[in-house]
Amino acid sequence: MAQTQLKDSDFEPLYVDENEAEKIAGESNSYWKDAWRRFKKNKLALSGVVVIILLGIMSFIGGPISGHNYFENDLLSANKQPSAEHWFGTDNLGRDIFARTWYGAKISLFIGLMAALIDLIVGIIWGSIAGFFGGKVDEYMMRVADILYGVPYLLVVILLMVILPQGLWTLIIAMTITGWINMARIVRGQVMQLKSEEYVLASQSLGASNVRLLFKHLVPNTMGPILVTLTLTIPTAIFTEAFLSFLGLGVPAPLASWGTMSSDALASFQYFPFQLFFPAFFICLTMLAFNVIGDGMRDALDPKER
Amino acid sequence: MARYLLKRLVYIVVSLFLIVTITFFLMQAAPGGPFASEKKLTPAIEAQMNEAYGLDEPLHVQYMNYVVNAFSFDFGPSFKYVGQDVTDIIARSFPYSLILGLEAIFIALSIGVLLGVVAAVKHNKFGDYTAMVIAVLGISVPSFIMATILQYIFAIKLGALPVGRFDTFWHSILPAVALATTPLAFIARLMRSSMLEVLNSDYIKTAKSKGMSQKVVTYKHGLRNAILPVVSYLGPLVVSILTGSFIIESIFGIPGLGSEFVQSVTNRDYTVIMGTTVFFSVLLLISILIVDLLYGLVDPRIKVTGKGGKS
Repeated sequence: MAQTQLKDSDFEPLYVDENEAEKIAGESNSYWKDAWRRFKKNKLALSGVVVIILLGIMSFIGGPISGHNYFENDLLSANKQPSAEHWFGTDNLGRDIFARTWYGAKISLFIGLMAALIDLIVGIIWGSIAGFFGGKVDEYMMRVADILYGVPYLLVVILLMVILPQGLWTLIIAMTITGWINMARIVRGQVMQLKSEEYVLASQSLGASNVRLLFKHLVPNTMGPILVTLTLTIPTAIFTEAFLSFLGLGVPAPLASWGTMSSDALASFQYFPFQLFFPAFFICLTMLAFNVIGDGMRDALDPKER
Repeated sequence: MARYLLKRLVYIVVSLFLIVTITFFLMQAAPGGPFASEKKLTPAIEAQMNEAYGLDEPLHVQYMNYVVNAFSFDFGPSFKYVGQDVTDIIARSFPYSLILGLEAIFIALSIGVLLGVVAAVKHNKFGDYTAMVIAVLGISVPSFIMATILQYIFAIKLGALPVGRFDTFWHSILPAVALATTPLAFIARLMRSSMLEVLNSDYIKTAKSKGMSQKVVTYKHGLRNAILPVVSYLGPLVVSILTGSFIIESIFGIPGLGSEFVQSVTNRDYTVIMGTTVFFSVLLLISILIVDLLYGLVDPRIKVTGKGGKS
């Protein structure tokens, strides 16, 4: 049995350089850097981002490269199968489906992004004020939200679409009028949780104003859950648009959205299934992409996943 | 408990009152009256019609009448279909929607929970990936596209199931499946993540180390606790089934409340719109209340008190 020979020198203290000890070995990772690193590892979520970027680019160059536009109709070439002339075929009025699909992409993405943005702004303001001040303010503000929350979302949107003049902005307003509540609730919960943290107290005792506390310290720290909610709001908005267009309450003609295109194509679905296929496929693809991005973000930003 | 219930009921009444008020004034502001049609009515007839339906009274009187009627669940006659009361229309069409909705809820719950459990137990294995692909597809494919795909495959190509209408159980399968797809996918994902969390918790390890079989641990110890988020999803589930029914019923030609609502919107049949909106809202608010109470019942950690209920 080999025995370890111990010498006296083994028991002498090692030399410790005070300066060395304080040195940080690795590069310091901020919350966002860390999140980005984790997000990058998620191949599915990354491909979702690529898909959305491609859709965004195509929505601008898709029309021009096809050599057609979304409203020009040619009844002689109505209901044509996909061909070299019309890459995705034509619809019942002879409009080029390829051009319309990308025009629809622009509309659908615009609606999704706008609705999400408005939800974000209203939700953050409402939720952070309610959560920050608490007490009676919170009670009343959240009561309003609760009551509005009790009003079924789609019913309100449909009612509004019936009453307001049809148009792109009407659609967006109708969708955001109750859509912000979810965001407000999440922000409120987060702010309530965070406001008792020490850094808030520190800032407060240094004389920071409430506005500064809210928008400099509290809201940036709730960004994780907010972003996740945001990415999941976009597909909901796109879906709602498609849903309403399907009911005939969407964007008015000649504007084309994927929803109106699918709805139009449904009538002749048995004979010309390709007319439904393209818009339907892109609705699904977009929703899929946003959903996987949302999932990826949740995994990346959730501190529990670390 | 009683206080909590009372408080919730008061909120429901306030919400309903608000909904009734909003619908009333929105409908007043809507362009195009109920008697607007291609054929212009003579002023005399229009005045008579307005009088018959009480539309000649000042707005606040109309509003008061309407609120009183709404709370006694009397929405007056339909403007479009002569001789039919809104209450009759709801009573006639609701059973169809109820059957369809219950069937869809059953499908969504049973298959959703099953998929979620399979995914969690077979974490990062083939079963997990399959279940999650189904779930992500289910969320990404809107119900109206799903409905068309189902009709195309099962009704037109295979001829196995009827395309539309609602007579027998076989007629209800396709619409129920189409209606259930999105909530099913949501439930599967919820179930998977909560099951994963539960399966990693200490008491599951304890149960396993005491030598219990995988089956007992998963279904007796795990499932019971993991199903809680699904219970809290029941409220939104009812909402999504209800609103989904607007489109699904229209596509499949089912004479349910959803298609009735869509029709009343296109017809600008004000009384029917208001009646169905109020009816839907009552249904939703009450089912959400039931879900909240149920949640307190199944999860003893949640205390249902007068202070709580801020979901």
